[in-house]
Amino acid sequence: MMMKKVLTIVVLLVIAALLALGFSEAQATDGAASAEHKIDPKEIIFEHLGDAYGWEIPFSHHHRIPLPVIVFGSDGFHCFSSARVAGGRQWVDGSTTFTIPTDGDNHGHVVELVDGKEVKPFDISITKNVLAVWITVLIVIWLAFAMVRWYKNNGNKAPRGGLGACEMLIGFIYDTVIKSTLKDKTRRFAPFLLTVFLFIFVMNLLGLIVIFPGGANLTGNIAVTLVMAVLTFLVTNLFGTKHYWKEIFWPDVPLWLKFPLPIMPLIEIFGMFTKPAALTVRLFANMMGGHMIVIVLTLLIFIFSAVGGLFAGAGTVLISIPFSIFMLLIDVLVSFIQAYVFTMLSTIFISMAQEDGHGHGKEEHVTA
Amino acid sequence: MELFTPSFGLVFWMFVSFAVLFFILWKFAWPVILHSVDDRANLIDKGVEYAESARMQLEQAQSTADGIIAEARHKEAEILREADSLKSQIVENARNEAKIEAKKEQDAAKLSIDQARKEAEKNLRDEIGQLAIEIATKVVRKRMGDDKAQAHLVNSLLDEIENQN
Repeated sequence: MMMKKVLTIVVLLVIAALLALGFSEAQATDGAASAEHKIDPKEIIFEHLGDAYGWEIPFSHHHRIPLPVIVFGSDGFHCFSSARVAGGRQWVDGSTTFTIPTDGDNHGHVVELVDGKEVKPFDISITKNVLAVWITVLIVIWLAFAMVRWYKNNGNKAPRGGLGACEMLIGFIYDTVIKSTLKDKTRRFAPFLLTVFLFIFVMNLLGLIVIFPGGANLTGNIAVTLVMAVLTFLVTNLFGTKHYWKEIFWPDVPLWLKFPLPIMPLIEIFGMFTKPAALTVRLFANMMGGHMIVIVLTLLIFIFSAVGGLFAGAGTVLISIPFSIFMLLIDVLVSFIQAYVFTMLSTIFISMAQEDGHGHGKEEHVTA
Repeated sequence: MELFTPSFGLVFWMFVSFAVLFFILWKFAWPVILHSVDDRANLIDKGVEYAESARMQLEQAQSTADGIIAEARHKEAEILREADSLKSQIVENARNEAKIEAKKEQDAAKLSIDQARKEAEKNLRDEIGQLAIEIATKVVRKRMGDDKAQAHLVNSLLDEIENQN
């Protein structure tokens, strides 16, 4: 059984290597014909990690699903398909001209051309990442309502299969993370925290799927993680107790530490903002790092075949593919761990702002 | 670098999307799900508690039953022993009674035998007397056929009586 599996994997790898061989040969001849097709790893990596105005169709780099561009230019809102400005083309909408420059400072962004100068408009386009967020929202809603339907129809019976896994996941977060930390405040904050968890987890997993419904590097985008962290920050501080605010502005330390020079309050206020910053960067860096490693491993094949010829490329396939499969599997684990960690830290931050002064002295300081 | 500068559009849409998602789930999904999860947890807790108490009750019942059985055994043995002694007593009594009865019977038999014998003896004597008289009568009749003999006898008898007086 084991032997058979290993054999299957080896055969698949050889086929992949041969495919790559053919592909790199084609590229090599192409490259000989025109210098334009030279591989620019940095360009490719950042294109894959970043946002875009269209969504790649699998196996075709040049064909994309165009997405709507929504910009607020110098004369109001404009809404048009991104296909009209793709590849540096210019699009005249009313009296204003738009384009996506292929180089320069605004490279890759929709700009308005005013007297030949590029002006960045107020851009709320439905980009690839925005669409991916919506897909995630739909998936999360679908999951949640599948569970609701089950509970409404089956009462106290435990769901099986996929729903059972879902419930196990939610139950795990709810019981071990939220309930055990927030105690009697659980009911108040559990909806927010569970939504955060499911949302991040689904985004993480979608990012690992390479073709259409997935493929957007969502949680590896700092805007996404920033919003999540800011929401946690808002919930923490808006629902903070009197005791929490007192601890910030008038903490229990010797008087000279807070008056006349408010050293401790300053540190505490600084701490208020480092928490969401840490949340933002942790999730962002972890997910982006995973994606980057997989892309680089894949790119190695093309780099080596460009540098060392066909056989070097084919050899790299045999090494690169197992490694990137391994990295993707690790990323599945990381997807869960990071969603879990984000939820857990959010829970702890919120619970720290819920202290009412009785349990003083056992305050947790989490800075990780 | 572009990677580290959040783009406004994405932040905006992300915020809106999350707000909508949160609102929908908060309003319609989480109350049902959390209620069910909590309910089930409580149900399971109760079930475990119930099972525990049932187990304890069973154990208690078992020990009570064991006690009852032991007591029953004890009683059984006692009853058997009593029955045994009663049996021997009854046998003894019966034997005694039988003995007495037999004795009585024997006595009665003896008595009746004695009586019968006496009667028989008496009868015999009477009969013998009768017979003797008959015989004597016959003998006398035969011997006293003539008057002489009769007179002789009367004389002798008178002599006898005379001698006696």
